[in-house]
Parts: sequence; structure tokens; C-alpha cells
Amino acid sequence: MTRGTIQNRDAFLQTIAERLGRAPRLSGVSRPQWDCAPQWTVFAGYSQDDLLNVLQKQCGLIHTDYIETTSAELAGALRRQVAAYGGGPVIVPDDPRFAEYGLSALLQDEWPAEQTAVHTWNPALGRQNIDAAEQANVGIAFSDITLAESGTVVLFSRNEQGRAIHFLPKTYIAIVPKSTVVPRMTQAAAAIHEQIEKGGLVPSCINFITGPSNSADIEMNLVVGVHGPMKAAYIVVTDR
Amino acid sequence: MPMKIENGPFWKRVEENLQNDFMRGAVAGMQDRGYVRRLGVIEELGHWEEWRSLAEQIRKHTLENLDYYLMQLSENVAKRGGHVFFAQTAEEANDYIRRIALEKQAKKIVKSKSMVTEEINLNPVLEAIGCQVVETDLGEYILQIDDHDPPSHIVGPALHKNKEQIRDVFRRKLGYTKSSDPVELARHAREMLRRDYLTADIGITGCNFAIAESGSITLVTNEGNADLVTALPKTQITVMGMERIVPTFEEMEVLVSMLTRSAVGQKLTSYITVLTGPRDEGDADGPEEFHLVIVDNGRSSILGTEFQPILQCIRCAACVNVCPVYRHIGGHSYGSIYSGPIGAVLSPLLGGYDDYKELPYASSLCAACTEACPVKIPLHELLIKHRQIIVEREGKAPVAEKLAMKAFRLGTASSSLYRFGTKFAPSAFAPFVEDGRVTKGPGPLKAWTESREFPAPSKERFRDWFQTRQKGGNPS
Repeated sequence: MTRGTIQNRDAFLQTIAERLGRAPRLSGVSRPQWDCAPQWTVFAGYSQDDLLNVLQKQCGLIHTDYIETTSAELAGALRRQVAAYGGGPVIVPDDPRFAEYGLSALLQDEWPAEQTAVHTWNPALGRQNIDAAEQANVGIAFSDITLAESGTVVLFSRNEQGRAIHFLPKTYIAIVPKSTVVPRMTQAAAAIHEQIEKGGLVPSCINFITGPSNSADIEMNLVVGVHGPMKAAYIVVTDR
Repeated sequence: MPMKIENGPFWKRVEENLQNDFMRGAVAGMQDRGYVRRLGVIEELGHWEEWRSLAEQIRKHTLENLDYYLMQLSENVAKRGGHVFFAQTAEEANDYIRRIALEKQAKKIVKSKSMVTEEINLNPVLEAIGCQVVETDLGEYILQIDDHDPPSHIVGPALHKNKEQIRDVFRRKLGYTKSSDPVELARHAREMLRRDYLTADIGITGCNFAIAESGSITLVTNEGNADLVTALPKTQITVMGMERIVPTFEEMEVLVSMLTRSAVGQKLTSYITVLTGPRDEGDADGPEEFHLVIVDNGRSSILGTEFQPILQCIRCAACVNVCPVYRHIGGHSYGSIYSGPIGAVLSPLLGGYDDYKELPYASSLCAACTEACPVKIPLHELLIKHRQIIVEREGKAPVAEKLAMKAFRLGTASSSLYRFGTKFAPSAFAPFVEDGRVTKGPGPLKAWTESREFPAPSKERFRDWFQTRQKGGNPS
């Protein structure tokens, strides 16, 4: 990766140090131990089932359809939800989990045979992926981490999973393996921080998505569906 | 739009806005509903005072070591292939962004909501070189197409407009033919803006929190506009006030939890997005080039002074939403894009006392703002400090005496002010009143009302009653 440029830094930081009345601190600062950590007490001791209950309840508040199913029933549940949102075209990332969860036949054979177009994100196709996402009626992706408290799916971008999948389609379905559910954003942030400490690189885009897009900018009336998806569903796979 | 909104002297603005019934109703409704929602999520979360202490501690530590964290941030951005430009002034920031636009031969630029780009007045600079600049936040979009009507609230910029006014603007400027139903209006904006996202050359964003450990920026929205602004154009420029930074993902998480609850009463907003550098090699979307512009523009002059705590601000507007003065005079009266208590403290610091000397007096010092602040900025104390400085600069009577006299003079010299003062008391307390008693008072009243109830200010003043009686009409 080519290193980027940095301009005007020295004088800028010098001014800050002068205002703070000390010599510049450019290294050697460590985070203190904070006096309290209330974020870790939220849903402490909750079982995975308890967290699913929290998630389900929260989905009601964020205008998100909540469906529970098993991996054996997932293909049927997904097919029904896509039909409920008006059918294809569908866009999906190139994610091995679709095969692991028994969805290959649906994506590759059944939907195409029913004239439901399926576009699988392919970085080699460049801009065509964005056009496909723009025309898609449904975007589908697997949640990498799921936050029970806020009803949030966390998605890490990668070559095979572009950002536009989550934003340009008219509707959005996240597949949520039960094992991905954690109490709140605290656990996700800690996991990412730990990776960075170990020298890992964060992906260029991490999305924390909580239901469909909305706005209250007109007389504070909530309008669901502004720039991003207008409807959203989480299909929770309870045995994975 | 520069930070300063040119619309006449302060008291004239106040007089005009007090006549704007729709705006006043909208603000009151927003405050009342927002109050209930905010308290609801705070109560559900639990341990709120611990959360506030933690958030305050994080902000204080970061400010005390700001040079270190900006060093770390810029190193990490550059490592990921992003470019960092440190701008001491608004002009330096605008010049840099203009150079990029020229270099890219940009015709269309999409923006997601950013207070700092308003503050440095970026849009006219880009328009002057022939770029079309499109604001994509729905509220900002409405204001932009209405001939750049100024924002009246830092979170809900178009709060002062009703849906019929918005419909009329859409009809006049966008060929809109449908009704004033907010859903139809929003759908129309969606269609118009989709084309803009897909054809823009540059996307410009603000920054809620930069993360030093990874060189990331965090964007918080409900609409998803910031995501389209950053996913689709080839070049992304992010502009941040230099204090909007945290050490690691863990502190970002705490502050985002505070921001979304305090701003809109949500556990998280629909979209929290953490972006690091340009697109990864081999990605098919995201920007090919990423620029981070870190802006001082007067902030460093606040460091090391008694006003340093104002830099803890995370722009949630909780202080605005509980302010009894804002409730009555609305955002435009402040004459600054930063309104409410935060605006009354910050605007004189960034824009000078000559333009903003009245703002520290646009406060009842009830301390509701201080109590609502999720990062514990002592807002009402900072307003008093401003008053002390203003009085000392005028160099007359001893500070305390001058202050008392000034307050007395301001309160009694004008009959409109007197009306204003006595008029806002009942509705200012409305959120706390049960059965005509104040049961959970704000600020200094809190200690009192914790042990006993405080009588609610009378809903009808004698003057109102007398006027209504004379006219035979309904009280306002």
C-alpha cells in the first residue's frame, strides 16, 4: 500500500502543545484505566437465549421483521421473506456461508429458474456490481456480529462483499447466526480493538446497521426508508 | 453557510422569532417528545451518572493529549494510503479542498451533514469554481433547495419548517406534484438524490469521531446518506474539527452510545459506519482516494483556557433540547449555526464577542443544559464566565455589581424582554410538571425537588389574562 501524505502537521501540533502549556507529546501516552466501566454491566450473565429475546423485542422498535428459523429451514424462510418484499432482483456477497447454510441451490438454481435474478458481488466486474445493487429489490448478507441491545448487525467489508449491497437495494435481509449475538456494541468494539492490538488491519468499511433507513427531518415525523433500504428483516438461525 | 447567520440584531431576531408560531410549536413539541424519549433510553440503560463520568473522563484525557492522538491518527491514516491535511484556518481547509476539486475536475459533489463544513463556509468556495454541491441529509437538502435557509438546530436543521412549506419549496424548485405527506416528500428526495450519489465525482463528510488507533472515522446517521456519499464517488474528503477524536474503538463505542441516546433517544442510529482509508485493494466500491482535513479554526485558542471543557462537546444537542430559552426564541435567534446553550458558549469563542456578546445572556442559568450534557460540560458556568469577561471588557463597575445591574437592566429595559422572561417560565417547566407541581426539577431545582415539590409557575399571567379578557379571544 502506498503511504499517503501528511501536510502542516508539525506547526499544528506545536500550537496545540503551546496552548496546553507544555512540550509536544508525540509518543508515550497510554490510555488510562478508566474509573468505571458501566458498558460491561449491560446484560451481563445473559444466556444466548436471553439475548435473542432482547434482540426480538428491539426489532419491534426499529421497524425490522424478526424471523427465527433453523439451518434446515433457512432456505424456505429466506425464499418467503424475499417474496414478501416483492421478489427479485436479489444481490448477495460472494460469501462461503451461503453454501455452508444450504443456500446454494436457492441462489444458483431455484431463483434463477423462477426468473428471480441473483447477482453475486464479483470484484472483477467493478462498477457493474453497483449497477446491480442499484437495480436490486433485495440485498442479503450474513451478520458478522449481532448486537442484541440495539438490534444491530455488524458487517465487515471485503473484496467479495461491497458496501453498496447494504444501501442501494430497496429492501434488506440480514441472516443472523445465533452464535453471532452479543449483548451490545461494547463486545464488538472490544473484539475489533483486540485485533488492532495484535497488529491486524481493520477492513476499509465496518457497518453497524440497525433496521431500515429513516428520517425525522420533516416535522419530526418518522419516515422509514429514506436513502437506504425501506424495509429490513433479520432471519435468525437458531442452531448455528 | 458561514457560522454567522446574517439576520439583523439579536433582539430584533428574538422579537421576530417569538412571533413565529409554527416554529415555536415545533420546537416545543420536539423538546417535549425528545425529553421523554431521552429519559426513557437513559433509564433503560441504567447507571447513567457512571456513563457520564466515563464519557467525561475519555473526553478530558483525549483533549489533554490531543497532539499525541492527532499524531497517531494521522500516521495511521497515511499508513492506510489516506492523505491528511492539517488546516489552521478555514481558508487553509477550503483552499485544500478546492485544489482537490480542481485536480479531479469535479462537477458534482455530494455531502453528508457536517457542522464543521458549515462553519468554514465550504460550499460557496466549491460553487465558485463551478461545482454543483448537493447536501444529502434530508433536512439539509430541504434548506439548500430553499435558497440556503439557515439551519435552526444542530441535529434537526429544518425543524423550523412545516410540511406545507416544504411541499411548496419542492413544487417551486423540483417540479414536485404530490402532497405534503412527509412520506411522499421523503420519497421524492430519495429519487432526486439517488441520481446525485451515482454521478458525483467527490463525496464530502464530517466526522463524529475519529479513532486514533486505526486511523478510522466514524459517521452516525439514520438516513444512510453518509454511506452512499462514501461508497460511490471516487474521491472522499472528510472534514473534522480537531477535537473530534478518541483513542480506540472502545472509547468510540462509549461515546456513540451517549451520542445516539442524547441526540435522538435511540440506542443506536440506523447507520454507524467506521471507515478506514480509501477502499481496500481489490474492492469494487468505496473511494479510490481519501483525504482527511483536520480543522483548528479557533479551537486551539480555547485549549488551556477556562473554556476548554466546551471542546468535550459531541454535538448531540441534548442541551438545546432542554433549553427553555431556545424553546421560545428558536435556533435562528442565535445568529449562528451553533444555537442553544452550546451555541451560546461556542459561538463567541469561535466568532468573537463583537458578533455574539448577547448570546451568553440568552440563558436563564437554570442549568438544565449542564445536567443534560452527556459529557458533563458545565455549560451554565461557562455562560457566566462569558458574562464576566464581557462585563470586564466594558470596564465599568466591579464585576459582580455590573453583572447584577446588567441582568436587571436587560430584564426590565424592554417590555418585550419582560414578557419573554415571564412567559417562558411555565412552559419551560412543563416537562417536569405533574398535577401542577414540579416533581423532577432541572439543574439547581433538582436538589430541592428531590425532597419536596416546587409549585409550578402559574400558567396564566395576569397580563395575559387581562388582555384575553379585553379581546375576548383565546389565550396564546
